[in-house]
Amino acid sequence: MGIGLKKKDVLLALIILCVIGFTVLIRTYIGGAGANRVVIKVNGAIQGVYSLAEDREIEINEGTNILKIKNGEADMVEADCPDQLCVNQKPVSLDHESLICLPNRVVVEVESKEESEYDAVTN
Amino acid sequence: MKSKVAYFGVFTSLALIFSYVETLIPVNFGIPGVKIGLANLIIVTALYKMRLPDVFLLSVVRVVLSGFIFGNYFSIIYSLAGGILSLAVMAFLKRAGGFSVTGVSIAGGTFHNIGQLLVAMLVVETFSVIYYVPVLLAAGMLTGFVIGVTANEILKRLTAVK
Ligand SMILES: [Zn+2]
Repeated sequence: MGIGLKKKDVLLALIILCVIGFTVLIRTYIGGAGANRVVIKVNGAIQGVYSLAEDREIEINEGTNILKIKNGEADMVEADCPDQLCVNQKPVSLDHESLICLPNRVVVEVESKEESEYDAVTN
Repeated sequence: MKSKVAYFGVFTSLALIFSYVETLIPVNFGIPGVKIGLANLIIVTALYKMRLPDVFLLSVVRVVLSGFIFGNYFSIIYSLAGGILSLAVMAFLKRAGGFSVTGVSIAGGTFHNIGQLLVAMLVVETFSVIYYVPVLLAAGMLTGFVIGVTANEILKRLTAVK
């Protein structure tokens, strides 16, 4: 069947591919090694920072979500949200990876120690 | 006039069917709620068959109806952002000229996902969703391509029926 691609179509596709390549580069640059803790945010406000090295279970937002840290990975094991999408997400361990629960406005973000801006609230 | 209303009805029901099929395909892009946008096939086809205001109306009706039937409050916001941004970009490129149906659809698929990403960023107030940009763009491009080629074939046959 004829796809009938035109010159501008190809140009458009190339531009999108370039943007993809560029964002992959940025991601590799900001990602990478050194990720060793998770920041938990509710409604955009930081609730706590936990090391990925220590295995433990954390109750977020007075128990609406339960996060489990095990073997250097963080996983949402329980949530009272209707969609359960956060529970179905894979465990995260890489820098800037995140677990998101939209209904409860909960974000769990992996970060590296060098970004010490949150140190004040570390418990 | 009669045929216009009929077109609208048929397109709306088709779009709803595609929205339903979409709920059966579990795709996980890492961001909860983000969908691949199968119903865009109907929107792309409609873009070449109906007046722009009608396509816009179709797009909104589709999102709101499917949101109430298959989704929730969040899926409506997501799809609305994705759908409107995608339609705006597609209408612009179609008017600009020089793009084939496939090219227009590729842009639509890509911006469909960008729209959803923007909403995710606003809702959870984090920029970490940027992490998923490459996957979302690539997926949008691929879906857009497949939809474009399909829409092209549909359009050929639609003209023949007339
Ligand atoms: Zn959740």
